[in-house]
Amino acid sequence: MASNSSSSAQQRLRIIAGHLQKRPEEENASVAAQECKAEAPRSEPSSATPVPRRRQEIMKWNGWGYSDSRFLFNKKGQAEFTGKRYRLSGLILPSLKDWFEGTFGANLQHRSPATPSLNLSAVAPPHLNQPFVEDLKAAGLSVSHDPEDRVFRAHGHCLHEVFALREGRIGRVPDVVVWPSCHNDVEKIVELACKHNVCLIPYGGGTSVSSALECPREETRSIVSLDTSQMNRILWIDEKNLTAHVEAGIIGQDLERQLNERGYCTGHEPDSMEFSSLGGWVATRASGMKKNIYGNIEDLVVHIKMVTPRGVIEKSCLGPRMSTGPDIHHFILGSEGTLGVVTEVTLKIRPIPEYQKYGSVVFPNFQQGVACLREVARQRCAPASIRLMDNEQFQFGHALKPQVSSIFTSFLDGLKKFYITKFKGFDPHHLCVATLLFEGDRGKVLQHEKQVYDIAAKFGGLAAGEDNGQRGYMLTFVIAYLRDLGMDYYVIGESFETSVPWDRVLDLCRNVKERIVRECKERGVQFPPLSTCRVTQTYDAGACVYFYFAFNYRGLSDPVHIYEQVEHAAREEILANGGSLSHHHGVGKLRKEWMKESVSGVGLGMLKSVKEYVDPQNIFGNGNLL
Amino acid sequence: ILSYPRHPVLKKRDDFEDVLEERRRSSDLRYALRCYTPTLYKGLVPCKVSMLKSIVLQSDHLQCVIKQVSSESGDSTECVAEEASLILDEMAHRMQLSTVRFFVFTLSKAFKRLFRSVCVNEEGIQRLQQAVQEHPVVLLPSHRSYMDFLMMSYLLYMFDLPLPVIAAGMDFMSMKFIGEMLRMSGAFFIRRSFGGDKLYWAVFSEYVKTMLRKGYAPIEFFLEGTRSRTCKSLTPKTGLLNIVMEPFFKGELFDVSLVPVSISYERVLEESLYARELLGVPKPKESTSGLLKARRVLSEDYGSMHVYFGHPVSVRSLAEGKIKRSQYNLLPRYIPQKPSVDTHEFLNDAAFRLVRIQEENMVLKPWVLIATLLLQNPDGMDLSSLTEQTDWLRHLALAFGAFLDWPDHEACSEVISCSLALHRRLLSVSAGHVQLSVTDAPQVETTPEEAVFQRAVVVLSCASYRNQILHVFLRPALLAVAMQSANSSRKDDIYNCFNFLRNMFSNEFILCPGDSVQDFEEACYLLMKRGVLQVLEHEIVMSASGQSTLAFLCSVLEPFLQGYQVVCRYLCEETNENLTEKEFIPAVRSFCFVSLSSDLQKNALAALLRLKAVRKVKV
Repeated sequence: MASNSSSSAQQRLRIIAGHLQKRPEEENASVAAQECKAEAPRSEPSSATPVPRRRQEIMKWNGWGYSDSRFLFNKKGQAEFTGKRYRLSGLILPSLKDWFEGTFGANLQHRSPATPSLNLSAVAPPHLNQPFVEDLKAAGLSVSHDPEDRVFRAHGHCLHEVFALREGRIGRVPDVVVWPSCHNDVEKIVELACKHNVCLIPYGGGTSVSSALECPREETRSIVSLDTSQMNRILWIDEKNLTAHVEAGIIGQDLERQLNERGYCTGHEPDSMEFSSLGGWVATRASGMKKNIYGNIEDLVVHIKMVTPRGVIEKSCLGPRMSTGPDIHHFILGSEGTLGVVTEVTLKIRPIPEYQKYGSVVFPNFQQGVACLREVARQRCAPASIRLMDNEQFQFGHALKPQVSSIFTSFLDGLKKFYITKFKGFDPHHLCVATLLFEGDRGKVLQHEKQVYDIAAKFGGLAAGEDNGQRGYMLTFVIAYLRDLGMDYYVIGESFETSVPWDRVLDLCRNVKERIVRECKERGVQFPPLSTCRVTQTYDAGACVYFYFAFNYRGLSDPVHIYEQVEHAAREEILANGGSLSHHHGVGKLRKEWMKESVSGVGLGMLKSVKEYVDPQNIFGNGNLL
Repeated sequence: ILSYPRHPVLKKRDDFEDVLEERRRSSDLRYALRCYTPTLYKGLVPCKVSMLKSIVLQSDHLQCVIKQVSSESGDSTECVAEEASLILDEMAHRMQLSTVRFFVFTLSKAFKRLFRSVCVNEEGIQRLQQAVQEHPVVLLPSHRSYMDFLMMSYLLYMFDLPLPVIAAGMDFMSMKFIGEMLRMSGAFFIRRSFGGDKLYWAVFSEYVKTMLRKGYAPIEFFLEGTRSRTCKSLTPKTGLLNIVMEPFFKGELFDVSLVPVSISYERVLEESLYARELLGVPKPKESTSGLLKARRVLSEDYGSMHVYFGHPVSVRSLAEGKIKRSQYNLLPRYIPQKPSVDTHEFLNDAAFRLVRIQEENMVLKPWVLIATLLLQNPDGMDLSSLTEQTDWLRHLALAFGAFLDWPDHEACSEVISCSLALHRRLLSVSAGHVQLSVTDAPQVETTPEEAVFQRAVVVLSCASYRNQILHVFLRPALLAVAMQSANSSRKDDIYNCFNFLRNMFSNEFILCPGDSVQDFEEACYLLMKRGVLQVLEHEIVMSASGQSTLAFLCSVLEPFLQGYQVVCRYLCEETNENLTEKEFIPAVRSFCFVSLSSDLQKNALAALLRLKAVRKVKV
């Protein structure tokens, strides 16, 4: 689904050539192949410019994403999505209102609007380390202590962080923001930070959901936010080895677009890729939707350069694998900004795939769906992406269907529904849907597609078209925008994830969902919450499971606290059911309390001793992880 | 839920309703054939009896054990699998609604003849109806009579609840025809002992767990393992409890509801049978012909019966903070794992608490009070003083939280004469003097030995009624004895003595392990509230008016103290070095022919072994 190929005429040509060449075979193919119409529901490349220093000029200061893009209920009570950036932009979503009111017991009359603008007087004056700031300026670095800049970098996107901003509550914020523009700048900053003993918090895309960007309350030194966004160049591309050397501040969509222009991609597509940065991926052990083909971040990196208080850490060559003791990359991957700043990364790249196709399969129930995914994993034939949504999420996805343009389409939809529920006897309250994305050369994709659909058929799965598939993926990109809409109407929510062995997937999903419902009830939440999950990644030995959890908080005095208690209970439940502490969100400060239990006391001690060696002054004092 | 209240008296209990009333008014046949539509578990996976069997045999757990057993024994896996299949055939129930209907019809007839009323707390039924929908349910009735599980299934049918599958002893299976009938009404049969048999255990546990996981039906079993011959709750077994809890521990189920059920009889059907058994007459083997011979029980009046469905206890909340479920993370779940020390402790504790709930919800009839008094006065009592003392005891029992079913608007003397009439087989009343005795007066000449035996039967039968109320008096009684023997009014000394006694008697009574302090405080609280004691900071002092209560409480425990002393004396005086366990009971019995039941003797020996006063030497 790599971003729109309109600018890539070459690619188009190649695809068309492919079509022409393969005509004869295609006639036998059972599934009609269409040209790659896949279009990512994300920013148009033409409108994209590098991330500005003053992010608040194009992005919301108290919500997700671009200022021009948001969901709202218009005067007629219909949901629509504003702006021009996305596929959904400017469209009416007629069924969202009913779903929203029905699911949460919410009412459009009951609004909980956000504070419209930042109250600058609520921001504490910066606690500056004057000699440090002067040294920075002397070194020619770009520095700011403007309150808007500081507030923007004081949070990630955890519910409590965004909720506080909407209410206009501002906690401890960084005192200074500094924008290095290359590796050497970072070296200089770290050196000065050590010299003047200030606290550095690296800031990439700001999409953290683990409280990783929160300033530690107990920090008394001046806190400096090191914004990497200006280190955003691709330094070189090596077509012989298929690698690219990139500055770590580049955000996902820019990296992918610029590589696309050269005919390449990394294939790394975390759901946050519009905003999250390469350095952030490395620092949190990110995972991309298409990891089945391209691998997760740890499989993609060939070389990492990181600046630490002890100096620069990097390997001496670009060999694809080494046996030189424990891999030092693994001290960096997942270090969550506690050891240093990742400045440059050499990544594997791949030629842009010739062909992409979405798909979807409907299963009579979640159990069958999981059994099918397990079989796909066993046969190691997972497509670029395969995800299984449970019934609630399937219905959620349906609520995001844009207004149909013709009677014919709506007739077809009706027919489809009739076929599945009446003719095939699927219970609409149990059926669930798997969404698929195939990628590669056209012949192989079609072959692959057939293989997967054949397996699905064995588990009672029915192919349900590309449209359903694509909408499924869209959900993951708009979910964060939707949360902002919910918060306008007393609904708060969040997502969290885990990884778990195959044999426990079903039990874990059921138990965690039920635990959420029960905890909400016990804590006086008036309406049953939305508690839904999907299996988003398959591995040889297990799967990644993603939960959405949201509820109507009318009548509760401290909704965020209740939310946190429920999430805490849900995490306990995950751990008790054999799930991991995190698959890709990381630990941050939110999940720190379970670190010891997760990696053993010795394991934690190892990590601590590394921190002690690398950063004895705790310059990188964001307090994550350990 | 399980920590019992500090104010036992304030405990609220549900009201009862007589379910036989309706039966006496309308056709039993039509009733047995009525439309039965039970409330179902929301997560039910529909599953036929035959499918159940193949699911069990194909399960990863059983397959794993089959492989293990095969590699240990050298038999082929097919051979072991075949054996497993046979075990399952022998064990499995074959529930059929038609058989159940037959039972409903015949039991309706039988119950109406046997009992004046069968009272059930309908609120408990409603709670159960809720619980059944939410989570798989395990029914844990007390076990005093063969009637228990028939009555349970009968009631569940009556209230449109799913019929349970019941873990029954293998003894029933040997009953021709009846065994099969029971099987078809939901009983499954397990061997009494299969300690080392890995395969048997695997088949059995997988069978139970599969039914639980699928929500197939409520599982019913007896925590006490067997019928209590003394009407005193037995030390619970934890094996099956572990099996039904494991699916929760391993995350296979969100929760399991345990429902303690207390079934109490005004007159136990097996009354004198039990007494004889305790005196060494072997229990008649379960057989169909035996059952037919026992028809004569149908002609007697057994008074009323009470069934109290307790509050469902969630395994999840029970295990909260006590069981770390993540301990199961590192081993594939199908590989059988012995419960860890912590788990074992938890199971034991839970089992005790559940039995305590059973005890607390057991309905006590006035006769229980009378029996207690008559036993303390072997020479009998005048009716007037019996009436007076019963009334006194009634108030004491109520103050201690007894669940007493005392008719509201009847004079005390009226209530007593009714009770005496019902239990006339155990007493003689002449000229206003009541005495325990054998009423079927010896027409034929009996040897003195036989006469003593007859007397012992009566005493033990009567004791079984007194035993029903022991749990109410137990803690205060332990305190009373402790005060008497401590020879000091210092709280520490009394507590130490209390603790010793409690420890000594923990095979005899249901005393939750580790609750020593709590029990002590409860006893102090109850006696203080009754004005018997004053509990100061470091001292416990008897009040002037407390003498009679303390004396009564001491004499409640007296027979047990004496019994234990006898056992000790026997062991000290009579035994040579080696005494086999088998010889022990007949030997003690002949040593001192007081009304010592084998149950007490076994408990005493177990306690002495536990306290390391006696050593077990393997020969």
